[in-house]
Amino acid sequence: MSVTVFLFYFLSVLALGSAIMVVISRNPVYSVLWLISTFFAISGHYILMNAQFIGIVNLIVYAGAIMVLFLFVIMLMNLNAESEPKKNKWLKLAGVVSGGCLLLVMVAALKSAEVKGELVQVKEGEIGLIENLGKALFTDFVVPFEISSILFLSAMVGAVVIGKKGD
Amino acid sequence: MKIEYYIVLSLALFCIGIAGVLTRRNAIVIFMCIELMLNAVNLLLVAFSKMHHLAGAAANPMAGIDGQLFVFFIMVVAAAEVSVGLAIIVMMYRNVHSVDVNFLNRLKH
Amino acid sequence: MKNYLQLVWLVPVLPLIGFLINGLFRRQLSKSLVNIIGCGTVLASFVISILIFIDVKNGNTGVINYFDFIKVKDFRIPFAFQADQLSALWLLVVTGVGFLIHLYSTAYMHGEEGQHYARYFAYLNLFVFSMLVLILGANYVIMFIGWEGVGLCSYLLIGYWFKNNEYGNAAKKAFIMNRIGDFGFLLAIFWMILKLGTVSYSTPDHQGVLDLFSKLSTFDITGITLLLFLGATGKSAQIPLYTWLPDAMAGPTPVSALIHAATMVTAGIYMIARSNILYTLAPVTQTVIAVIGLATALLAASIALKQNDIKKVLAYSTVSQLGYMFLGLGVGAYTGAVFHVMTHAFFKALLFLGAGSVIHAMHHEQDIRNMGGLKKKLPITHITFLIGCIAIAGIPPFSGFFSKDEILAAAFANNPIFWVLGVIGAVMTAFYMFRLYASTFLGSFRGTEEQKHHLHESPFAITFPLIVLAILAAVAGFVGIPEVLMPNAHSLEHFLAPIFAESAKHAHAHHLDHTTEYGLMAASVGLAAIAIIYAIYRFSRKPDLAEPTGFGKVLADKWYVDEAYNAIVVRPLNWLGKFLNKWVERGLIDALVNGAGRSVQYLSRQVRLVQSGQVGSYILLMVLSILVFFVIQFFLKK
Repeated sequence: MSVTVFLFYFLSVLALGSAIMVVISRNPVYSVLWLISTFFAISGHYILMNAQFIGIVNLIVYAGAIMVLFLFVIMLMNLNAESEPKKNKWLKLAGVVSGGCLLLVMVAALKSAEVKGELVQVKEGEIGLIENLGKALFTDFVVPFEISSILFLSAMVGAVVIGKKGD
Repeated sequence: MKIEYYIVLSLALFCIGIAGVLTRRNAIVIFMCIELMLNAVNLLLVAFSKMHHLAGAAANPMAGIDGQLFVFFIMVVAAAEVSVGLAIIVMMYRNVHSVDVNFLNRLKH
Repeated sequence: MKNYLQLVWLVPVLPLIGFLINGLFRRQLSKSLVNIIGCGTVLASFVISILIFIDVKNGNTGVINYFDFIKVKDFRIPFAFQADQLSALWLLVVTGVGFLIHLYSTAYMHGEEGQHYARYFAYLNLFVFSMLVLILGANYVIMFIGWEGVGLCSYLLIGYWFKNNEYGNAAKKAFIMNRIGDFGFLLAIFWMILKLGTVSYSTPDHQGVLDLFSKLSTFDITGITLLLFLGATGKSAQIPLYTWLPDAMAGPTPVSALIHAATMVTAGIYMIARSNILYTLAPVTQTVIAVIGLATALLAASIALKQNDIKKVLAYSTVSQLGYMFLGLGVGAYTGAVFHVMTHAFFKALLFLGAGSVIHAMHHEQDIRNMGGLKKKLPITHITFLIGCIAIAGIPPFSGFFSKDEILAAAFANNPIFWVLGVIGAVMTAFYMFRLYASTFLGSFRGTEEQKHHLHESPFAITFPLIVLAILAAVAGFVGIPEVLMPNAHSLEHFLAPIFAESAKHAHAHHLDHTTEYGLMAASVGLAAIAIIYAIYRFSRKPDLAEPTGFGKVLADKWYVDEAYNAIVVRPLNWLGKFLNKWVERGLIDALVNGAGRSVQYLSRQVRLVQSGQVGSYILLMVLSILVFFVIQFFLKK
């Protein structure tokens, strides 16, 4: 077993285990921490595929900024395991079963997928580097890039308007 | 590395996210599960991007780069979404003093 | 000379205008204005009718097309009027008698409230309009329009005092009975369209129904004529559909005179006279018509013997006289039937109007047992009524004699038994008419003191039509003097000859020798005279006051025909209606409909639970749906 394959399996198990912990943790703070762990694992996958820029951005934006925002909100509301609303056992079971079924069905559908058997380039390849992505982003994709700034602006304004006290 | 591995991994993450959405009542946890689903999609996009790059690099050295750019934009949108979504959750907590989505059953009326 | 035929459209349109004005502005118009509009339009129609009549008499006949009423591919029904000898004669009778009765109504209905007074005249005008359309129409469909129109007006006018429930029921009865007949008429029209593709009487290019009769098989002709005759039995009150006419006396008396004696009820005769060639070619139908006509004449005359309501007697007399006309049609004496229609229109209108004058004077008393001795108080009414009675009894030289004699002579030529039965009917007619006359005008007054105090001769507007009609009833017979009395004096026959020319070719000409004809006349007149004398002798002193017993009671109760119809038709229908209502309507249909409603309600109440408003459950359902779609997409779809 090469190092790459080992890393792939390790990161996969880490991602899946952390994701399951996100769902089953009673305390929302633990959920957030497990989610950060998941994101680290996914970033590891990115780096394994030599998509360095995406891997780093994932860490900075998701694991860093967004998750901290979650954490802040949870702590502001003082949520913990005791205040956690409890759901009906059967409904939980129904949720898990239907999620599992969906997985089953989609994996089964994979059997006849036309991309089956194609290889993914790992460890090498230049397109994931900052230089190449930056060139593409500021040449071919400059308009969407600039428009995304407007999206941010409006999201910011929306967040402020919604979060404002009173009316 | 075969693409199926990545696909199965993404599907598994995605379905865990769905199961989380279905089983939890805490709005913030549900939101986090949605983020998890988004990330599963991102992972798959990057995997496909690399797959296409491998297949088309000879003809076009930049083949498959648009997949990664997509991921980038998805992150942009996700960040914006989180800021607004969290604002809404805060707002909800301020009104009903709970983040339980079962309080949000006004749709019935 | 100007061609007056082009004016024929004015004849029906004028009364229609009168109807519209009187009907729409009935709340605004004063009574005198209503009178002017109501009578004026009909008078104008009458004047035009005279001009047209003169035109037609000079041999100027024709069909005038206005527009296509119905046009489907090759099949077309034109809206056309036909002015020929038959319709011109009928025009004169309808507008002439119609005008007199309008005039009469102005006095008779004077007590009505303004709005209802105008409504009455509007209906009368509408009736005249419909009747004129019936007469003038150049095909069976236009005739049918008028046919339905007069039926409607009859319904409206019988039920004129609609606040009285019984009158309303009489109106409904008339309408429904007529509908049964109309059904036959409609079927006959369909049959014609099916076989010939046309409904026009005759067209310039000889493609009308009456031109193409040779194309029809005997079965078709018999079927069509029998169905047309069914229509005629409804409208002209023959067995089995005659019971509506006596009940129709619920309407105002002038209406009875106009619609239910002089004009509308003769529509059936008009129709058969119009289609005479078809009937001539259908001997089976002719026999049926003769038998039914005769049976009706006898049945109605026998009932009239024991009636005590002045209008009922006249009503049954009308039914009976209509029976004579059908007898005439049945034995092929078309001219005689038309002649009798004309004379009957005069003397029966006269009798009804006279009866109306009596009723008016007696303050709406109609029972002849409470009358008597009115001779001195109502001199003009008395004289005119007497003339009418003599005319209907068939005493020469009054008009009834000529027309009835012509029918009876033709009946004798056809079958002597018809003649014998016809004369029995005529004798009964003479008897009951003079029973009526004697009980009303002779003897001593039997009403209340108050009635006696108020007895007075009617105003001019009532007596004038009486006088005119009396003169006509007396002299109208001279247009049809039989061959034996004066050769070539039957001007009516010459006048109508073109209409019946085709029939004359196909019919077996039978001539009675003069001795026989003199004998027949003498026999019928003599018997009628005896009946008259006996009736006057018996009823002028001692009227028929006692309740009838035995056979008389059967007659007074009208042979229990109404009761029989009730038992045979009405009650089973009621039962059927109740059965359908209870089991089919409520039990089956309602249950199905309500069940559908209830099950939907139940299901939606169950389904509503799905809409919990909980986001979680929505997402769960969404995921499940996606699952299902995936399964379908990837595993079930091949």
